[in-house]
Amino acid sequence: MGINKVVIALLVENNANVLSRVSMLFGRRGYNIDSLTVSETNDPSISRITLVSHGDDRIIEQIILQTKKLVEVKAVRIEDENEAIMRELLLVKVAAEEAQRSAIRDICEVYKASIVDYSPDSIVCELTGKPSKIDGFLDVVAKYEILELCRTGVTAIDRGSRIMVCEDFESHRS
Amino acid sequence: MKMTGAEIVVEVLIEQGVTELFGYPGGTALNIYEALYNSQDRIKHYLTAHEQGATHAADGYARSTGKTGVVIATSGPGSTNTVTGIATAYLDSIPMVVITANVGTPLIGKDSFQEVFITGITQPITKHNYAVRDISRLADTLRNAFKIAGSGRKGPVLVDIPKDITAQVYDYEPAERWVYEEKLSASQEELRDIACCIKKSKRPVICFGGGVISADAGEELVEFIAKTQIPACHTIMGTGVIGFGEELDMGIIGMHGSLTANHAIDECDLLIAMGTRFSDRVALKLSDFAPHAKVVHMDIDDSEIRKNVSADIAVVGDIKTELKNLIPMVCECRRPQWMESIKKWRMEDMKIYNQGFEGIRPADILDVIGEVCGKDAIIATDVGQHQIWAAQFCKKTKPRGFLTSGGLGTMGFGYGAAIGAQVGNPDARVFHITSDGSFHMNMNEACTAVSYNLPVITVILDNKVLGMVYQWQTSFYDKHYIATTVERKSDYVKLAQGFGANGYRAETREEFSAVLKQALEADKPAWIVCPIDCRERVLPMISSGDTVREVMTE
Repeated sequence: MGINKVVIALLVENNANVLSRVSMLFGRRGYNIDSLTVSETNDPSISRITLVSHGDDRIIEQIILQTKKLVEVKAVRIEDENEAIMRELLLVKVAAEEAQRSAIRDICEVYKASIVDYSPDSIVCELTGKPSKIDGFLDVVAKYEILELCRTGVTAIDRGSRIMVCEDFESHRS
Repeated sequence: MKMTGAEIVVEVLIEQGVTELFGYPGGTALNIYEALYNSQDRIKHYLTAHEQGATHAADGYARSTGKTGVVIATSGPGSTNTVTGIATAYLDSIPMVVITANVGTPLIGKDSFQEVFITGITQPITKHNYAVRDISRLADTLRNAFKIAGSGRKGPVLVDIPKDITAQVYDYEPAERWVYEEKLSASQEELRDIACCIKKSKRPVICFGGGVISADAGEELVEFIAKTQIPACHTIMGTGVIGFGEELDMGIIGMHGSLTANHAIDECDLLIAMGTRFSDRVALKLSDFAPHAKVVHMDIDDSEIRKNVSADIAVVGDIKTELKNLIPMVCECRRPQWMESIKKWRMEDMKIYNQGFEGIRPADILDVIGEVCGKDAIIATDVGQHQIWAAQFCKKTKPRGFLTSGGLGTMGFGYGAAIGAQVGNPDARVFHITSDGSFHMNMNEACTAVSYNLPVITVILDNKVLGMVYQWQTSFYDKHYIATTVERKSDYVKLAQGFGANGYRAETREEFSAVLKQALEADKPAWIVCPIDCRERVLPMISSGDTVREVMTE
């Protein structure tokens, strides 16, 4: 069975500990978390978690079914790469002497990244985009000395009118 | 009505139908105990020797009655002492509500005296847990705890309440007792598919687990087996539903299962699994489990389908409802050839069970208990060799009559469980089958049995070794006995008397019959110690990763 990467969206009750419940479930059952983002939604009682994981079909199915069993999880779905808009934010600090600055600036221009900080020895670039675009940008920047790097992890939303809503799992609650 | 938080706790318990609970007081739980003091005519608190005993008692109460067991413990060590009991209930899907008191809200997070983050600790071993932070949410939180514990696949729920919240005053609005009514079931079409498979099958087998008991579907299953004439085996959690030695009973499946059950699974063309999760002790080699069979898997938890074993037909829902709907659809068919094979394997099983050593044998003990007390006796076990012997040889049982820690395998479970079962079933005869190893873990609960005059009869299979580990050292570690042959000098008869119970010793089957009668007549807590030869092994045995073709029979 092949290993697939999946982006999973969860609507959860906005309670203390809810993130730890989700991450502990992954930890104790040995599922992978490649990235995870969480924030309050337009309904302050609900938070949305976007989680990237990988595994074979059986593991992905288990992830969905086990996550649904958490009492505070109100909706779970796998984001379809073709349907959803997926974005990630990158901040990267690159060592840049006078000589390298223009080359880095050129790369930023091609990738539509912004330079958000200049200091005598370094530049901080900001890039928002699909994870693949960020990977591509980093491949190019890698030939310079990267001093610090952070990525937010993927967050995703569907195009069009499809909206993720809280479901009632009560009858399946187990 | 204005009430303190502590009074609200007690009112909600009563409102939810709780008449007995188990616990141990302490500084932060004092307000709750004050409220219990004022409600003694409506709810009875049983003090155990240790909070672990309280959780096992609530667990045994729940297993034997079907009601949700309730525990109260104080903060810090009181809470951590409940952990093993909660995990035991979680692994076996037993409904339980554990209320822990915590330090007052202003002290939380400051490493205060007897403060522990119990909701964090118990997160992976509860179905859900709550830390109450606002008295306005207290009553509904407790009600939700009962709802979650007792619905779907059941399990333990913990509610942690800081001391100041138990002292605050708030309006209590009475509510109805929550009753689990929603019974999800499969479609008629899915059930017709199963009926069709049964009709076509030449070598069908049923394998059922604890899910059948927790759904109270024992009667329906017996009817289903009788009508379809399909031979049935069960996991240790399913023990009690069908009687040992009945024509279609094949006993336990898996590591210490019967040859009959394991051969039948190996050769069957249809496996109907009900309320079982195919644990590693059942499906020892996943790639070679029921290799020729079409698998029908019926369970209430959809995450169990395909978790371990792939299913050709999966039915998610309440087994009782499903069986009721399925029974009229299935045909009555006899399969003489298949039954011939079953009979042949059963004879081989009997040969294994009949080999043994001088003196009293484990099978004798279970046999005598069955003869004397019939199938209404409740048997609670600890964990190890005696546990498997009890499951193999208890001939007369009924659903909710065999209480054992199947999933977590908790040594020390039995005494608490037996005490809880006796509280929940005051007229039943409750036996605690244990061994010298397990019994030393929690024998302190004798004081509980004596204080409340709960006439639990403990039978200690004393082989002077930690038998199951000793058996593995014999079979797999060239008899390198370490940490299993400790020579303990405990005198069980004197110990029993010291606790205020009766103590007996029996070295033969006849002596056991005689002292059992005395113990029953005395109608008070009793210990009967039976010396067992340490060479007695639990057989047959199939190691993890092996199949019945590699079974050990001697």
